[in-house]
Amino acid sequence: MAYEIVIGLEIHVELNTRSKMFCGCPVTFGEVPNTAVCPVCLGHPGVLPVVNAQAVEAAALIGLSLNCAIAPNNEFARKNYFYPDMPKDYQISQFDLPIAIGGYLDVGDRGQTRRIGITRVHMEEDTGKLIHKGATGRIHGADRSVVDFNRAGVPLMEIVSEPDMRTATEARAFLVKLRSILLALGVSNCNMEEGSLRCDANVSLREFGDTELGVKTEVKNMNSFKALQRALEYEVERQTSLLTHGERVIQETRHWDDAGGATTSMRSKEEAHDYRYFPDPDLVAIVMDPAEVERLRAGLPELPDARAERLGREFGLSDDDAKILALNKPLGDFLEETVAGGAAAGKAANWLLHELAAELNRTDTEIEDAAFTPRHLIDLLQLIDAGTISGKMAKEIFKTSFATGRLPAAIVKETGNVQITDTDALGKIVDEVLAANPQAIEDLKNGQERAIGFLVGQIMRLTQGKASPDAVNKLIRAKLR
Amino acid sequence: MTVISKKDVEHVALLARLALTDEEKETFTGQLAQILEHAGKIQALDTTAVPPTSHVASLTNVLRPDEIRPCLTSEEALSNAPKQEDGGFAVPKIV
Repeated sequence: MAYEIVIGLEIHVELNTRSKMFCGCPVTFGEVPNTAVCPVCLGHPGVLPVVNAQAVEAAALIGLSLNCAIAPNNEFARKNYFYPDMPKDYQISQFDLPIAIGGYLDVGDRGQTRRIGITRVHMEEDTGKLIHKGATGRIHGADRSVVDFNRAGVPLMEIVSEPDMRTATEARAFLVKLRSILLALGVSNCNMEEGSLRCDANVSLREFGDTELGVKTEVKNMNSFKALQRALEYEVERQTSLLTHGERVIQETRHWDDAGGATTSMRSKEEAHDYRYFPDPDLVAIVMDPAEVERLRAGLPELPDARAERLGREFGLSDDDAKILALNKPLGDFLEETVAGGAAAGKAANWLLHELAAELNRTDTEIEDAAFTPRHLIDLLQLIDAGTISGKMAKEIFKTSFATGRLPAAIVKETGNVQITDTDALGKIVDEVLAANPQAIEDLKNGQERAIGFLVGQIMRLTQGKASPDAVNKLIRAKLR
Repeated sequence: MTVISKKDVEHVALLARLALTDEEKETFTGQLAQILEHAGKIQALDTTAVPPTSHVASLTNVLRPDEIRPCLTSEEALSNAPKQEDGGFAVPKIV
């Protein structure tokens, strides 16, 4: 039996503000443990948290970019639980009065767009980091844990979607789109491996036509887009198998093990979550001035949908290419910089999406860190346009340039590896090849166009690929006319 | 009238990590019942014209600029820790 898949996502994103949510400690990553801490984020008695104004603005921007209504009045609440990653034994979060509610995000999955509801966006503080000491490094089996509170109190935004996604691919597309929006806003580094963007998923199945939701599981620990998709696919298969065998899905939290390719149950001592939220008496309400909200809305940067539309229109790119470039901000920025430097947009986009993307992927390099910059691409495209190098030679030169960071023109100058376009020099070689291959000439005269490819190939071989295929083609046809 | 049972008290005590004796459970069941009874009286009032109040201070938007202030050193931060290891707070096993 086929079931309808129902997926909702809960995304946590750390802001890249300078200081923490409620104190002046810096937001850091990979710092020496417990050096970015103070009495406030360590939960010492008698301290008072004070809200970071920049974090409120970032939260409002996120809400606006996701088409949410910004609450005129929002408040902080205490979420009470005992766990060593929270020094206060409560986390300051928002509960019944979050900063943004009721938005949506349009996600395209295989050519059709679906609107995914955004339930809410709220502000909270991140927790500390636990290092489990034991054989496996995981919480189970550890005999003790060590806490680093550098991350405790880092501004954390929680974005909750409606259970509107129907495939693992769609959930992945949602996260890709959301991340691209957050990057366009510049509010977070959105690094999934470092945990500044984290995603949990609620997954359930139901019979088609049912309006009630089935029993869900919450899947955690998916640290990449690929992991999200694989974990969801695994969980859907697991639940389908349970239901088709007449068994039931148990509501629980499950841990995705990327290496093992499976989710496992995370049983904790305290199953019943009873957080006893109440308004934090240390923090007063945030009242959003409508004029300020409108100022923020007007100041929103160009978001991926708008950028895709503009790249398509201004640069004449296909919808698919424009979308890929708009969803990947650094790639889109690279293109715009290359075009601003005088390169033809279509050709530049082609190089970006194929050769450069492949090389970045192969060497596991982020485009921002690559030695190959827009200036290199402009240079390379100029060499091709001028006929100095052929498209084929360009690919080799590109690889050298990518690996060394040297400009293509410098590489060409050094190796002397230029295309032979000189008709006199090429003419002699063409004559030689024609004289040696009377059968091919005969075939060509009989209308077998394939023969010209053979002849060009012979000439390319003799010139070690340096002959301009265009020039050779023209020469052969002229000589046989 | 809200009725609170000994079981409710045990649940709340568990959530708050309080180890109560049987005698204390009896005492608190009675006291909590009285408190809830009093809250019940307030609940009976017509508050439709009263805006919800989460704070008694009539302040809003107490914010600070996004600026870094000095932190503690790790020695200072850990100085009250019962146990420490690798520059962190060592805690007993969690599960």
